[in-house]
Amino acid sequence: MHPTEIIDRDSLRDDIPDFRPGDTVKVHVRVVEGTRERVQVFQGVVIRRQHGGVTETFTVRKVSFGVGVERTFPVHSPTIAKIEVATLGDVRRAKLYYLRERSGKAAKIKERRTPRS
Amino acid sequence: MATKAIVGEKVGMTQVWDDQNRAIPVTVLRVAPVRIVQVKTPEREGYSALQVTYGFRRASTLTKPEQGHFDKAGVDAGRRLLELRVEDVSEYEVGQELSADLWSAGERVDAIAVSKGKGFAGGMKRHNFKGQSASHGNHKAHRVPGSIGACATPGRVFKGTRMAGRMGGQQVTALNLEIISADAERQLVLVKGAVPGSKGSVVVLRNSVKTPIGKGGVAR
Repeated sequence: MHPTEIIDRDSLRDDIPDFRPGDTVKVHVRVVEGTRERVQVFQGVVIRRQHGGVTETFTVRKVSFGVGVERTFPVHSPTIAKIEVATLGDVRRAKLYYLRERSGKAAKIKERRTPRS
Repeated sequence: MATKAIVGEKVGMTQVWDDQNRAIPVTVLRVAPVRIVQVKTPEREGYSALQVTYGFRRASTLTKPEQGHFDKAGVDAGRRLLELRVEDVSEYEVGQELSADLWSAGERVDAIAVSKGKGFAGGMKRHNFKGQSASHGNHKAHRVPGSIGACATPGRVFKGTRMAGRMGGQQVTALNLEIISADAERQLVLVKGAVPGSKGSVVVLRNSVKTPIGKGGVAR
C-alpha cells in the first residue's frame, strides 16, 4: 500500500469503466462557461494510459475537420461527468503513438471480439 | 517569531482536487500528538520556547536523567525531545497536547526539516552553476566550475568560494506554504507543494513568519 493512500482514497472515483488503449471512448466533460455549466462530449481513441492511482491519466485522440486533436484527462478528475466505452479495440501496443502518422483506413483499429473476463 | 508550531512526520506526496477541480500537489504530514514537556520562559531561560516530545519509547531505553525529566513533567516518554520557538508561551502548559486541529485550511506555514543527502555533488547541482557547452571544441570540461579566482594577486582562492562538496542533509526551511486541509481525526495535515526531507523524516511546522500582508500575514 502506498503511504499516501489514506488521502488518495478520498479522491478516487469508482464509477470509471474498464477501458484500455485502442478502445474508443466518449468522455463527457463538464465545461463551465461563466456561471453556466454544461457537458461536452469528446469522442476518440484512447492512445495511452499513464501513471497509476490518483495521478493516472489517459489521452484520447480524434481527427476533427482533418486535424488531429489529442486531449489528456486525469482518470479520477471531477470534471469528467461520465466515460462511455463505445467500441473495444484490438491492439498490440500500450502506447498507440503510431496512429499520429496514419490517416484514413490505415488508422483504423481492429475490433476486439471477446470481451475481457 | 511564530506563534504556534507542531512536529510531524512526512508521509509522502500526492494530489487532491480543489473546489475548481484543479489538481493540487500536496505533501501529507502525520502530526502525531505532541506533548509539552517543558515551557521555557524569558524570565527563567532567557527565551520563550516549548520543549515537546512525540511518539513513544520503552522505559528500558531511557537513561535515568531522561526518565526523571519526563516524570517531572508527568508525560509519557517520547522518541526525542524537540524545542519549538514560539513568541508567547503563556497559553501553553506542561503536559498539554498539541494536535492537527491547531491548523485550519488556508493558513500559511513554514516547514523545517533536514533535506535529503545528495552526497558529494558538483557545482552545477550544488550551486546551480551553468556548466559549459556540449560542443564547440569543449574537451572534458562540460560540468567543471571554470575559474575559481585570479593569478598571482591574490595568489590564493578566496574562502567561501563555491565549489563541489557535500550537498543536502542540512536543515532547510520551506517558507510560506499553504495548508490545504488539517484532519484532526486522522492527525494528518496537507500542505501545498513540497517539503524538505525524505518520507518518514521529522518536519516542524510553524505558522509563517514572512507571509506578505494581504495574503494572511499580519503587520509587525
